[in-house]
Amino acid sequence: MSEDLIARLRGVSLRYAATTALADVDLDVPARRMVGLIGPDGVGKSSLLALVAGARRRQRGNVEVLGGDMANARHRRLTGPRIAYMPQGLGKNLYATLTVRENLEFFARLFGQNQVEREGRILDLTRSTGLAEFLERPAGKLSGGMKQKLGLCCALIHDPDLLILDEPTTGVDPLSRSQFWELIARLRQQRPHMSVLVATAYMDEAQRFDWLVVMNEGRLLDTGTPRTLLERTRCTTLEAAFIQLLPEDQRRTHQQLDIPPRRTNDETAIEAHGLTKRFGDFTAVDHVDFRIARGEIFGFVGSNGCGKSTTMKMLTGLLPFEAGQARLFGQPVAPDDIAPRRRIGYMSQAFSLYSELSVGQNLDLHARLFQLSEDDYRQRRPALLTRFDLEHVVDRLPGRLPLGVRQRLSLAVAVLHRPEILILDEPTSGVDPINRDNFWHQLVQMSREDGVTIFISTHFMNEAMRCDRVALMHAGRVLATDTPQALIANRGSDTLEQAFIGYLRDAASPGASTGAAPMALSAPDSATNDTPPPRFSGRRLLSYARRESIELRRDPVRATMAMIGTLVLMFIMGYGINMDVDRLAFAVLDRDQTTTSQHYALNLSGSRYFQEKAPLQSYADLETRLRSGDISLAVEIPPDFGRRLKRGDSPQVAYWIDGAMPSRANTIRGYVVGIHDAYLQELAHGMGTRADSGQVDIALRYRYNPDVQSLPAMVPTIMSLLLMMIPAMLTALGVVREKELGSITNFYVTPVTRLEFLIGKQLPYVTLGLVNFLLLVLLSILVFDVPLKGNLLTLTLGALLYVMCATGLGFLFSTLFNSQIAAIFGTTIGTLVPALQFSGMFNPVASLEGASAVIGQLYPTTHFLLICRGVFSKALGLADLYPYFLALLATLPVLGGLSLVALGKQEK
Amino acid sequence: MPRPANVLHLGIKELRALLRDPAMMTLIVYAFTLSIYASATSVPEIPHRAAIAVVDEDRSPASERLLDALQAPYFLAPQRVAHEEMDAGMDAGRYTFTLDIPPGFQRDLLDGETVTLQLNVDATQISQAFTGAGHLQQIIHSEVAAFLDGPGATGEPAVQAVIRAAYNPNLIESWFGAVNDVINHVTMLSIILTGAALIREREHGTIEHLLVMPVTPFEIMLAKVWSMGLVVLVASTLALHLVVHRWLGVPLAGSFALFLLGTMLHLFATTSMGIFFGTVARSMPQLGLLIILTLIPLQMLSGGTTPRESMPAFIQDIMLVAPTTHFVMLSQGILFRGAGLSVVWPQFAALMAIGTLFFTFALSRLRKSLG
Repeated sequence: MSEDLIARLRGVSLRYAATTALADVDLDVPARRMVGLIGPDGVGKSSLLALVAGARRRQRGNVEVLGGDMANARHRRLTGPRIAYMPQGLGKNLYATLTVRENLEFFARLFGQNQVEREGRILDLTRSTGLAEFLERPAGKLSGGMKQKLGLCCALIHDPDLLILDEPTTGVDPLSRSQFWELIARLRQQRPHMSVLVATAYMDEAQRFDWLVVMNEGRLLDTGTPRTLLERTRCTTLEAAFIQLLPEDQRRTHQQLDIPPRRTNDETAIEAHGLTKRFGDFTAVDHVDFRIARGEIFGFVGSNGCGKSTTMKMLTGLLPFEAGQARLFGQPVAPDDIAPRRRIGYMSQAFSLYSELSVGQNLDLHARLFQLSEDDYRQRRPALLTRFDLEHVVDRLPGRLPLGVRQRLSLAVAVLHRPEILILDEPTSGVDPINRDNFWHQLVQMSREDGVTIFISTHFMNEAMRCDRVALMHAGRVLATDTPQALIANRGSDTLEQAFIGYLRDAASPGASTGAAPMALSAPDSATNDTPPPRFSGRRLLSYARRESIELRRDPVRATMAMIGTLVLMFIMGYGINMDVDRLAFAVLDRDQTTTSQHYALNLSGSRYFQEKAPLQSYADLETRLRSGDISLAVEIPPDFGRRLKRGDSPQVAYWIDGAMPSRANTIRGYVVGIHDAYLQELAHGMGTRADSGQVDIALRYRYNPDVQSLPAMVPTIMSLLLMMIPAMLTALGVVREKELGSITNFYVTPVTRLEFLIGKQLPYVTLGLVNFLLLVLLSILVFDVPLKGNLLTLTLGALLYVMCATGLGFLFSTLFNSQIAAIFGTTIGTLVPALQFSGMFNPVASLEGASAVIGQLYPTTHFLLICRGVFSKALGLADLYPYFLALLATLPVLGGLSLVALGKQEK
Repeated sequence: MPRPANVLHLGIKELRALLRDPAMMTLIVYAFTLSIYASATSVPEIPHRAAIAVVDEDRSPASERLLDALQAPYFLAPQRVAHEEMDAGMDAGRYTFTLDIPPGFQRDLLDGETVTLQLNVDATQISQAFTGAGHLQQIIHSEVAAFLDGPGATGEPAVQAVIRAAYNPNLIESWFGAVNDVINHVTMLSIILTGAALIREREHGTIEHLLVMPVTPFEIMLAKVWSMGLVVLVASTLALHLVVHRWLGVPLAGSFALFLLGTMLHLFATTSMGIFFGTVARSMPQLGLLIILTLIPLQMLSGGTTPRESMPAFIQDIMLVAPTTHFVMLSQGILFRGAGLSVVWPQFAALMAIGTLFFTFALSRLRKSLG
């Protein structure tokens, strides 16, 4: 590869199940330039970027980046630190509960920076991005623009040579957007050899790039500088050029948007007076007033987190408000009033479709919930499918469809019930120009022809220009409301964007918002870039461990639940589980009614094991009461019992035991036999028979627990159960959750290895498990009065190994499943059943047979239970118990190895 | 008032969502087939294959007779060990029982003296220790008596005790174990399904979307209860009929329809409980912990693992609030003892009351958490 290329793709194809994302792409990306990737949604831009970043596994073709093959793991390891990748989605690679500083430190550590270097860089980056004063704020509480700046800082922490940004400004307000690009421009001045690869949906941004790649349906349409593209297509704007480049059939669907004037209608559709919403101390919406006429298209523009969505939610009745009034067609909005909802169609920011229902099923469900009549819906369904161009995707799942199609479906769902008001919260965010124009065609048609009132929020200024009137919102207040033209004229600016930024700069307290200090990015001879990252790094491992423990700390409910919960369980179950059955209910059917028979029965009722209930009257009574569970044992003494006994006739006493619960029945049988034998001996003694023959006396000694108390027996058992289940559940969501939330990308594109990731993520939970263990030991000694006969250190060592096995098992489950529900269910079955039934808790492993015996011999609980009982009750030491320690020790690499196999370092 | 159509269609949506998660479906099938089969067939009869060591210091026909009597399936072949090895073997957990037969055992017996045998029991082996010790004593007594009576003696005792077990004549553990596993999985699955489904909707923002439509929280909740309840009901019915009855050959005594009715009431309570957890937990990891912490006592103290009689009164009282306690009672009553509604109605009433309580509570929490 020549010096002038940063990446080179040859014959690259990528497929997801049935869809083709990339089809035979050849591309040379020039180095040291700002290269833009533009094209409609779902044409493979993100896939291409992920392949270049090494986050996604290559399927076909050749991807060379920075002079090496990205399919080669060694090359990825070596070049990883020279590439930075920021995936699509606001704050997708950030950790919401970590503060700005903690996020940055996490990434810095992954790239092996020491404290001095780290702090210097964090200071530089946050100063130049204006984040310096928010260092201690959790990332989840930042506005969208700030999130993207922080994402950029995290990407830049290691001075990359190639910066890959996937739609970094989607969903970001104009002011933050312009600040973002200023920052990139200054960066490039500082580090001229850095190459930048950006995908964007904003054509005005693409206009300023050095070189552009136009993509459609997994293929390249054209490449070149913006100027060449304009010349080649003979267009004046890039937006037009882009449309020009599309194939004929796609271009045809695009029509020039033409907005007919609105017929004046003075009826008020939406009205807000002094509308106020507070979340705790924070006033999200502060005395907002506006009035929207029927059929009007009313635009809502403002920075991220300024209260637009909150205002919209209050109008739909989703959120109650503290003060003010909101009226729809003169009717006050009340959250618990369902009737007005039929007049509103709402489309939330997140496109809340059911991803598990197909396009058609989504429509059907909503039609039914809005009670459309069958006849009506039979006509409406095909009409909507045609109108929103959804016929060919009717059986597909929305999650796999491009954003633009999903957004059309969302709109179809929102207008299904013919609402009079449409409230649309950033419906076009991230959608390509063609789809946006088509979307607006629908809106205009509805407004002008059907008289539907449309309340829409957007970050696109050309969309704001299409609105009849626009409200500018900032920090919970409406700054100005007027027609777009009037707003521009008021500020004396050329474009709405300039006018908007002007309003915002006025409203913000001077110097606070931008605060962009002159760029002082150190581009010194950093060690990070030149030396290859080590194969194993304790610092990277600890970085993951530290992050995980911060997240655990920020979610105190979880740690508290793990601690208090186990103690409470230990308490309840320590007292509750008792294998020594007593107070068993029995009743006698005495058909003899002599003193002899009563004497016989007295033997039973005198025992501490049995509790006599009212005598039985008949066989029918016996059967009923046994069946109802009222008694567990029925005794029938035959007529003539006394007489036959005296005659030496050997009368038979019949016992009926409730066999529904066999273990209990066996115990009862044991008691009965014992009591009966004692009676016989007493009888023999009294009669003087057999006095000459020998007798056997059995000296019974219960070892390790001479008084046969339940607690000393249960403490080790419950401890083994809890220390398996709780740590396993704590780690069980570790990987699945990162997959669902998107932060798993950081694992794919940073130098952290699978082993470091695996150990780092488990460390905090191993620590938590050990603390938990010590608390349980304290509880049993101090509260339960169960002495620890052996050595605490030996037991602690065993617990350490055991807890590591438990977290390892949870982690393994986490790598195996793709949904959090399945991971929870799988972990519950995978721990509760074997630990409780196969590990010798109630039945010794030696007595098991078949598959369960094999599981029992391998499962860690078996070994720890033996260690725990050995140390707790038998005062055994390491010398006696070492085989079980070895067994636990051997389990660790097996669990770890399986997890490593299941855990890919790239997305498949 | 909830609109039945809404409840129906929202429920169908839940079912479709579950169908789209193949891993979850596989787990459900596994839990209700192989898992039950494996646990049921593993539960040993008590005592079963108990490990015993004998220190025979007499080596006489009388002591041989005792050793011969310790046979499978109750005992593994007795190990003859020296006196010194006895303690070490017990410490290492190799033997649950050790029996010491003193020198002169036979002579003293025949001389009409009382001989003391030492029987040591490892009390940490909870279930075997107690039942096994009783069983061993019984064997020793009867063998000694038979030895003394000599061959040919009828040895009829003064009073005979004829002991029969009703409903499960041979006291086969797997009958109970299999049904108990079905019960446990019913509880586990229904709580996880509803709780996780609610959190998932919240994490994906679809709950909010539902609320802008003419749908009430009551309808949303009813839909989850019926749909997830149905999944578990079908799974448990099939498991009970095909796996427990056909495959494992467990005879089921009472009315199946009555049992299904009981299961439905139980599911009403547990699915409501799941939704309640879904409103309490703020994230999936929290929910996971919450579920584990409640499932363990629900399973272990319901009377399915150890008999309720043996629990302290305060635990018995606490566990009356748990639906599993009543479900275990009614299942045992119906499936083994063939009890009818006239017998199990108190459990039905209790489940109804607990279910209504949880449902109302969960609904008010759901309203609050969504509002």
